[in-house]
Amino acid sequence: MTGQGQDPQGIGRFDVPQGVPAPDAEPARRNGHRPAAQVAPTPTPADEVDTAATDEPTGTGGEPATDDPTGAGGEPATGGTRPAVSDRPGDQWDRRVANGLAFLRRRLSGDYEVDEFGFDPDLTDAVFHPLLRLLYRDWFRTEVTGVEHVPVDGPALVVGNHSGTVALDALILSAALHDKHPAHRYLRLLGADLVFRMPVVSEIARKTGGTVACNPDAERLLGGGELVGVFPEGFKGIGKLYADRYKLQRFGRGGFVSAALRTGTPIVPVAIVGGEEIYPMLADLKPLARLLKLPYFPVTPTFPWLGPLGMVPLPSKWLIEFCPPIPTAHLTDSADDPLVVFNLADQVRETIQQTLHTLLERRPDPFGP
Amino acid sequence: MTPGSTPGAPGVVVVTGVSRYLGAHVAARLAADPRIERVIGVDAPEAGAEFSDLLDRVERIHVDAGSLGGVLADLDVDAVVHLALVSAPDPQLGGRSGMKDQNVIGTMQLLAACQRAPRLRKLVVRSSTAAYGVSFRDPAVFTEETEPREVPRGGFGRDILDVEGYVRGFRRRRPDVTATVLRFAPFIGSTADTTLTRYFAQPFVPTVFGRDPRLQFLHFDDALEVLHRSIVEDHPGTYNVAGPGVLSLSQAIRRAGRVAVPVLEPGLSGAAALARSMGFGRYGLDQVDLFVHGRVVDTTRLEQEYGFTPRSTAAAFDDFIRAHHGGVVVTRGQLAAAEQLVLDGIRQVRDAVRERSS
Repeated sequence: MTGQGQDPQGIGRFDVPQGVPAPDAEPARRNGHRPAAQVAPTPTPADEVDTAATDEPTGTGGEPATDDPTGAGGEPATGGTRPAVSDRPGDQWDRRVANGLAFLRRRLSGDYEVDEFGFDPDLTDAVFHPLLRLLYRDWFRTEVTGVEHVPVDGPALVVGNHSGTVALDALILSAALHDKHPAHRYLRLLGADLVFRMPVVSEIARKTGGTVACNPDAERLLGGGELVGVFPEGFKGIGKLYADRYKLQRFGRGGFVSAALRTGTPIVPVAIVGGEEIYPMLADLKPLARLLKLPYFPVTPTFPWLGPLGMVPLPSKWLIEFCPPIPTAHLTDSADDPLVVFNLADQVRETIQQTLHTLLERRPDPFGP
Repeated sequence: MTPGSTPGAPGVVVVTGVSRYLGAHVAARLAADPRIERVIGVDAPEAGAEFSDLLDRVERIHVDAGSLGGVLADLDVDAVVHLALVSAPDPQLGGRSGMKDQNVIGTMQLLAACQRAPRLRKLVVRSSTAAYGVSFRDPAVFTEETEPREVPRGGFGRDILDVEGYVRGFRRRRPDVTATVLRFAPFIGSTADTTLTRYFAQPFVPTVFGRDPRLQFLHFDDALEVLHRSIVEDHPGTYNVAGPGVLSLSQAIRRAGRVAVPVLEPGLSGAAALARSMGFGRYGLDQVDLFVHGRVVDTTRLEQEYGFTPRSTAAAFDDFIRAHHGGVVVTRGQLAAAEQLVLDGIRQVRDAVRERSS
């Protein structure tokens, strides 16, 4: 997937200036005006279900594989048999069909690379990010600011607030960061072990770059120069009631801070506004949750009343702001000093909380444009 | 050390389990090494005569594990290589209880004998990455320091934990002996015949629904190389031995041109238990757990200490595919041809439509 490069993807409808952080409210209006019918394009021949699913990524899908900073996998050896797509330059549908088919063949012959955590950049670029792109760009009208605070290379620990009953904010954050960041970096999310207990979900988490939240994995990823995303509130954050929205919960034992300290990695706090309104949790049916061995059982205005329809997130307006990084390289020796760890965790927590308040002032109407 | 031998390389080496594939190859390779004077293959009295063509330069002794102590002392043994471990119960050899006898009791008696062998100065024990157990809270990559969080359900995993426990005890009692424990990833290669190679050789391969474990393989030739170096050089400690890199199970099945058949996990465990009780199929809970959790280890310590990097998991698996192209359902060539065909078809249709409209 190196051939087509990043050339005429701008022809597509989703002309987002990648790498240019949106500094103000402008992009929101531009995204918001788009009719919903344009969101899901259909390819010309009606019988191509496969390419319909993968047509959006073909513009951006290819090139990030090469700037994957892991170095663990490297570029899959797909060069030889890729069909020539240059016979009709400017015909983007032909290119999309060809790329979709090449992707399908790569998947079916196992011709792709997976890193030691199970991260599959090929699949992430071609399937998961395009789906999330529809969600964060068109459904949630997400504005991302401060992306220049995320380093272009080398490790960083991105620490965010968790919200929204379902941990959708983590996925939105990783997709938005990948698209907006000049180096198109992947955010390697750390998830609770409950995620990895569930079949299917566990594999999606691994294939999109996630792994179990534990210090060995966090330090291994950071040591490998990766961008790691954590949500220290955990289930306390996503499982809180709507009445408590945007109130940061306890940050646990600060395990994320000691992982950053041990590797001397800067911490980039990130505030995410909008996640709290997608599934406003009015009540928590604790006995049912205990029965199902879940951390909580949510009741929202639509769930479980409307059945599967209740799973549709409400279209709130999202703002994501990355804050200036907090360096930790000078504190490497105090990784097991509880005082330093708690102070740093508090500093991160305060930064996120204050940024949340500022962002909320910028967004008076949760469902605004 | 026997006078005249190379420093580091032992004079008299005892290899256990020479009637099995790994043991026979290790013994044959040691016998071919001029630095080693005598290679003695030890096996249970009932062991058959397989691999005898490989073992023509190896002295073979059939002895039961209980009387091994006297033999080791009489032979003036310098080094012992313990490879007589069984990874899956064999109905012909007493099933699971026979397997436990051989793995756990066998190791216990061998180590007791080693403890009394005065000249012994090197012990190499085959272990497995199954020593890390399985748990949903496990880190993605195991280093040698990772402690198992849960005792494995499978028999082989539990045996391995016991075996390593005995080696720890032996190290305490005989600190003068260089003890090397090698935690091998599953073997694969063009000639090796293991539970896993038989699994991948089927045209339709059962997998666990909703799970796509990360797997690592070790090429059989690299396993031989590491074992050989462990005997002729000094490498005390515990080492993960695996091919760098990872293949997910679905990816491996696709690369092999096989077709995955996802089965619900409780069904698979039940089927494995049923097949075992009826005496066919050697898949146990060890395999089911591996296919739910996957297992990836860090091999940095091996690479630094041995100065040797096994060929990658993907390369080892490719070697296996080349040797087992029999049951292939879909080949890469067919896929590429189909891709070209569909693409050409679509282009023709679109050209026709364009011509008509213009």
